[in-house]
Amino acid sequence: MSDLSALYHATILEHDERPHNYGRLPEATHTAKAHNPLCGDRIELWLRVEDGVVRAASFEARGCALSRASGSLMTEALTGLELERALRLAERFEALVGAQRRGARSAPVREGETPAELDALEAAASLEERLEPLRIFGPVSAFPTRIGCAVLSWDTLRRALQNEPMAAALRFEAGLARREPVK
Amino acid sequence: MTTPTAEPGRAPLDAERARLDFPALEARVDGRPIVYLDSAATAQVPRAVLDTLARAHVEQRANVHRGAHALAGRATDAYEVARAAVQRWIGAAEPEEIVFTSGCTAAINLVAYAYGERLAPGDEIVVSALEHHSNLVPWQLLCERRGLRLCVAPLDATGQLDLARYAALLGPRTRLVAVAHVSNVLGSVLPVAEVTRLAHAVGARVLIDGAQAVSRLAVDVRALDCDFYAFSGHKLYGPFGVGVLYGKRALLESMPPAFGGGGMVEEVSLERASFAPPPLRFEAGTPNVSGAIGLGAAIEYLERFDKSSLERHDRALVRACEEALTAIGGVRCIGSAADKLGVCSFVVDGIHAHDLSTVLDRRGVLVRAGHHCAEPLMQHYGLAATVRASFGIYNTERDLERLVSAVREAKELFRR
Repeated sequence: MSDLSALYHATILEHDERPHNYGRLPEATHTAKAHNPLCGDRIELWLRVEDGVVRAASFEARGCALSRASGSLMTEALTGLELERALRLAERFEALVGAQRRGARSAPVREGETPAELDALEAAASLEERLEPLRIFGPVSAFPTRIGCAVLSWDTLRRALQNEPMAAALRFEAGLARREPVK
Repeated sequence: MTTPTAEPGRAPLDAERARLDFPALEARVDGRPIVYLDSAATAQVPRAVLDTLARAHVEQRANVHRGAHALAGRATDAYEVARAAVQRWIGAAEPEEIVFTSGCTAAINLVAYAYGERLAPGDEIVVSALEHHSNLVPWQLLCERRGLRLCVAPLDATGQLDLARYAALLGPRTRLVAVAHVSNVLGSVLPVAEVTRLAHAVGARVLIDGAQAVSRLAVDVRALDCDFYAFSGHKLYGPFGVGVLYGKRALLESMPPAFGGGGMVEEVSLERASFAPPPLRFEAGTPNVSGAIGLGAAIEYLERFDKSSLERHDRALVRACEEALTAIGGVRCIGSAADKLGVCSFVVDGIHAHDLSTVLDRRGVLVRAGHHCAEPLMQHYGLAATVRASFGIYNTERDLERLVSAVREAKELFRR
C-alpha cells in the first residue's frame, strides 16, 4: 500500500474533504475556468491581484482528490506572492510532479536548480518556502496518468493571469502529460 | 462436451480455458496476473488472431481488388473470406451488405455522409439519451450541415429507453433513428427490434450502434430488420483500425459514396466517375486489409463457442458483479435495466472515480474511469464520472473477487 499512501498523503485527503479558500471571491480581478474533456473534471479559479501581488485566491472544483487538494494548496501558496514569482512557482510545481511543459516561455526549471536571474527574487523571499507544502505532490510523478489532475489548477492559474487560449491550457490532460515510462 | 442447447460442433464457453488463449492476460502486477475489466473499451486479442495477422503480413501482403499477381490474389481472397465471416456473424443476407471501415465511428459517419445527404431541412433524426458520442456527434454535425432536427428519446428511471416516449417522438418527418444496441455505460440492452418496427411504421430508417453488442449477443440483422448496423473490430477480439457497416443491399445501392478514391469506381474520366456497386463503393482507398483478415480470424475463433453461451456468461458476470459490489456498502451501481450486458458502472461514496481507478490499477485491476464518452448520459445521472468494470469471454468470478478486494482497500485508504 506504500506507493498509494504516498500518493494520497493524509494532507491531500484532508484538503480534498475540506478544501481551503473554497468558493467565489467577490472582489476578484482575475478568473479562469478549466475543463478536462477526458475526465469531465472542472475547476474555476479567482484571484484578487493588487500592485502586481496576489492578495487573495480561491477556487471551486469538481474532480478527484488530487485536483481538489492541488487547487486548495495552490491558493494558499499563491496568497501574498508577486505575479512573476507565482508563475515561477507554477513551473517549479510542474517540475515537481513530472509535467514537462512544452513551449514554456523560459527554460524549464528543474528540481534543485534555479536560473541566475531569479536568484535575487529567490533571496528576497524564498520560492522554496512556498514550494515546501506542495512537495506532498511529488509522488504524482510516478503516476503518469494522474499528472494532469495535479497540474489542472496551476494551468488554470496561467490562464487567469495570461489569458492563454483553451488549447494551451489543456496540455496536461490525464495521460498526455508525461511520456517517459514509469515502472 | 456439448449441452443440449449447444449448436452442433460448438462447445459452450469455458472462461478459464478461454483466458489461456489471450497472451495479453499473462501480464503481471506485483506477481499476480492482471485482471482485465475494460473489454468495453477494447477487448484483448486471442493468439489465433495474432498468428493470422502475422501471416497476413507475410503471405497475403498485397493490395486488394487491384493487382493480378499471386500475392494480390491471396490478399483479395483472404479479405473476402473475412467479409463472409462478418456476414455469418451478424446474419446478413449477402456479403455485399458488409462494408469494411476503419471502425464503428467511421461506419456511423459513413452513413451520416452517404445517407444523410439525401435529407432535407426540417427532417428529423432520433437518437436516445444514452448514446456514445460516436452515435451522437455525427448526427449533430449532419443536422448542422443539412438543417435537420435532432430529437432525443428519453430514458426511464432504470436507464432503459422509454419506448412509449420514443414512439411519441416518431412522425412523418422522422427519417432516421440511431440507437445503441447495448449501452456502453449502463449495460442496458435496448429493445432494438421494437425500435426498428416502430421507426419503419413511420417510414424511417434505423441504424443500430452494435459496438457493445456484437461480442456478447447473437446478433441477427435480418431478424432485427434494421437498415444499418455498425461495430468495430477491436471490441470483438480483433485488431484496431477495422470496423463494419452493415447495410441492406438495396439501401446501400441507392446511396452515393461518402469518399472518393481508388477501388470504389467503375470508370473514371477527367470530368466524372461512375461508381462500383456496394460494398466497394464505400471502401475508397486501400482498406485495412490485415485488419479485416484479423477480424475474420477473431470471428472464426469465437465460432468455436456456442453463441448463446457467450451471452449467458456475460449476463452472469454482470449480475454477480453488481451483487458483489453492492454487498460492500457505500457502492452504488448505475443503471438498473432489467436486461443488462457487458458493463457494470459504479460509484463509491466519497471517492472520485479517478482516485478509485488509480487504487484498482495499482492492484492490477484494470477498469475505466470517467464519463465513457457519454457526457449527456452522465449529466442525466448527475455524475461527473463513474468507474466501469466491463467483461469479456476471459473474465471469471475470481476476477470479481480481486475487484471487490481492491475496492475495499480503496475505502480503507480514503477512510470512507
